Amino acid sequence: MGESILRKPGAVCLFAVIVCAFCTMSGRAAQRKEDLMVTKNAPGRFGGSITVAVRSDPKTLNPVLAVDEATREIIDCMNADLIHINRETQQTEPALAKSWSVSRDGRTYTLRLRSGVRFSDGQPFTADDVVFSFELYLDEKIHSSQRDLLIIGGKPISVEKIDDYTVRFQLAQPYAAAERIFDGLAILPRHLLENAYKNGTFAQSWSVSTPAGEFAGLGPFRLKEYVPGQHIALERNPYYWKADLQGCRLPYIDELVFLFVPSEDAQVIRFQAGDTDLLSRFSAQNFAVLQRGQAAKGYKLEDLGPGLEYNFLFFNLDNLADKNLPEIARKQVWFRDVRFRQAVSAAIDREGIVRLVYNGRATPLWSQVTPGNRMWVDASLAHPPQSLDRARELLKNAGFSWNSAGNLMDSHNQSVEFSILTSSSNAERTKMATLIQADLAQLGMNVHVVSLDFGAMVDRLLNSFDYEAAMMGLASGDADPTAEMNVWLSSGGTHLWDLTESKPATPWETQMDQLMNQQLVTMNYVQRKHLYDQVQEIVAQDLPVICLASPHILIGAKDRIGNFHPAILAPYALWNVDELYVQ
Amino acid sequence: MKRRYKLWATFAVLAGFHAAILFAGFLAPYSFSAQDRDAPYAPPSRIHFFDSHGTFHARPFVYGMKDDPENYGTYRVDFQQIYPLRFFVTGAPYKIAGLLASRTHCFGTAPGHVFLMGTDGYGRDQFSRLLYGGQISLAAGWIAAAFSILFGAIIGGLAGFYGGWLDDILMRGGELFLALPWLYFLFAVRAALPLQVAQWQVFLLLVVVIGLIGWARPARLIRGIVMSAKERNFVTAARAFGASDAYLLRRHVLPQAYGVMLTQMTLLVPQYILAEVTLTFLGLGVGEPMPSWGSLLASLQQYYVLASYWWMFLPTVLLIPVFLTYYAAADALQERVKSVAL
Repeated sequence: MGESILRKPGAVCLFAVIVCAFCTMSGRAAQRKEDLMVTKNAPGRFGGSITVAVRSDPKTLNPVLAVDEATREIIDCMNADLIHINRETQQTEPALAKSWSVSRDGRTYTLRLRSGVRFSDGQPFTADDVVFSFELYLDEKIHSSQRDLLIIGGKPISVEKIDDYTVRFQLAQPYAAAERIFDGLAILPRHLLENAYKNGTFAQSWSVSTPAGEFAGLGPFRLKEYVPGQHIALERNPYYWKADLQGCRLPYIDELVFLFVPSEDAQVIRFQAGDTDLLSRFSAQNFAVLQRGQAAKGYKLEDLGPGLEYNFLFFNLDNLADKNLPEIARKQVWFRDVRFRQAVSAAIDREGIVRLVYNGRATPLWSQVTPGNRMWVDASLAHPPQSLDRARELLKNAGFSWNSAGNLMDSHNQSVEFSILTSSSNAERTKMATLIQADLAQLGMNVHVVSLDFGAMVDRLLNSFDYEAAMMGLASGDADPTAEMNVWLSSGGTHLWDLTESKPATPWETQMDQLMNQQLVTMNYVQRKHLYDQVQEIVAQDLPVICLASPHILIGAKDRIGNFHPAILAPYALWNVDELYVQ
Repeated sequence: MKRRYKLWATFAVLAGFHAAILFAGFLAPYSFSAQDRDAPYAPPSRIHFFDSHGTFHARPFVYGMKDDPENYGTYRVDFQQIYPLRFFVTGAPYKIAGLLASRTHCFGTAPGHVFLMGTDGYGRDQFSRLLYGGQISLAAGWIAAAFSILFGAIIGGLAGFYGGWLDDILMRGGELFLALPWLYFLFAVRAALPLQVAQWQVFLLLVVVIGLIGWARPARLIRGIVMSAKERNFVTAARAFGASDAYLLRRHVLPQAYGVMLTQMTLLVPQYILAEVTLTFLGLGVGEPMPSWGSLLASLQQYYVLASYWWMFLPTVLLIPVFLTYYAAADALQERVKSVAL
């Protein structure tokens, strides 16, 4: 096919339609009519390639085994799920399942699959592939990181094939966000992987050294080549199951290349030099640097507002009875007093953090849900400004006093001195801690900022509990509150401020457990929202974590990229990669 | 004559540097931790004698600045605000060498700000931080060098004086230390320390560790000198008169190595200042808000600082003469030691 034809989208579309028609006519006997999903994007032009940078090489190309972000981002372009969360609307939408119904008790989901869909190697997709895929995700021996999502009410969900294009999922209890768990669960080809699974070699299958011809997926792209340390190139999947309004099969671009660029600064420089077409996950300061060359270099930058990440300060409230840490245990008397935490929160200059740490490209936070989470943020939550007077009053009420030198003393006449742990690899959080250190010095507190490498810090937070206060940031992959269960439930693995609880240690944690468990089984959105609002109010009031700021999601793209609609949910600029085109 | 002149000249310059660092509190207009949250990454203030109308002012002044509405995070000169420079102004309290408390600063403006070298990302005066930072960095250099020389003298002296199996053990041990990947060793030391320890104590400990690890090289040099010195006739004569080993080492042998020790010291000090810079650059140094030369340079790790704020390089540029003077002093000392020996 000549280049000149490729330049005319109309001609190519016509060609594609003819091919489509030909395929359906010739294959009708063996194959059912292809149930293409029609997207609403503006029709683009075919051809060309897009290059993006990721932090590291993929560790595997097996969707069941992938854990880290870079690996997932690459794998997601080659695979598809049954029900997908639209990153722009934050709502679920049909994907490989064209429709679904829920039984009245909220425990049975029946999914109708698209018929006539084929894997990237041309083999048909049926309910058998779905059942097989879920068998893999649920197999304890495979240790898939997604397995936890599929355990509902303490029991794994069960999958059953009704016919070739219908599957039924049974849940042990009603589950409000059940549709959302399907997002990101890639459907795998049974015809390629069943043997490996039966032989017990699944953990070694689809590694980075597997030849490209042995892969097949349902995503918009398939593997073309992988050069370790340099790049991975994906090519257009000719069997992809989406088409645009004109009936042309997506995706538009022929090739998607991921370059491995290990640091943010290096990624910014590569983008500035024109080596990559899209850029996400970079700081506000780098945004300002890029802004200067914007017009001349042919790229545009977008500030999408706050994402889902919330940064916070928290105190060690772990039960240290069986640890030999008397000094920290002594300070925990302050930390456990809600007035002390409220005083710290009142003294923090959140506006200053936004300005100095994020160049103004962040939103101050008083609770865990950011304004970017449109469906779940509690809009009525109070946003008290910094007030040292209020902080002093709270401390006075809690029995603290000041000596002649202005140092804060507790009721046993010990000076208030503690350290804040931060990760040395995160410059922003270290900077926040330094600002907080100066804010709290005004209250007479002597605060040390200790930055350790991330591994050493996490070890102290999760295992030895040898810390006084720490800075952290969390960002769930999904906007729904169920993604936050492990943070707010007292038994949760990310319940950072107190990991030692066998039952809730405080009345407000008891209440938070109840609210979180209740929202999980409440099917009505308004009622759920009301429950989660209360959780946000508890976080703002009792301050298990002192929320500080949410950085804005910043995106850069070359002007020549069409259908570019970045979203605040990962993968920010690539979520509609099947619709992107090169102008 | 010329040689003598060079030695004293370098010493005088070094004394000047050290005095400026020692009197940082007086020379610096602000405290090292004072944040002006309205002025992060403010460029250096220009000192003017003529205002925007061309009128001459006998007292130098700086203009105020305001946010540039078109470019968030940058500033414009506000020609309406004129802040004359004043000398011997009262400002933040400080102590010189931890003893002499005062509030008088060499210069400043009130109201307004004078940032001779701009501000960092927290709106802290870089000039003040450079002076205060020198206190940590120079102390680190001197303490570590002193430890290295002390240890080197003891071990090198013993090895050279007694020779034999003791020499073998000590010198092979020294080679072991030379081969030690000290950076990783320091990471391990830092991770193992408790958090309750004050930052500067941790840092001092690291510096002492560097000094202790670095003894092997001076020890080798001193051993060589001791080995040749102990064969000299006057040493043999003293021994014949019944002098003890300790007396011989102290009075006759080690004094032969004093020149080399002094030269080594002037070489090691800048080397260990750089070690401090490296440690802080890697996040092992003193914690915020205390500055050191290393922490002033650490911000240059970030691309946006490199690309946007040229004044953040100024500390680097100013460190070069300090190091050069140290090396020049070492050179002059070396020549002098040689001439005395001849």
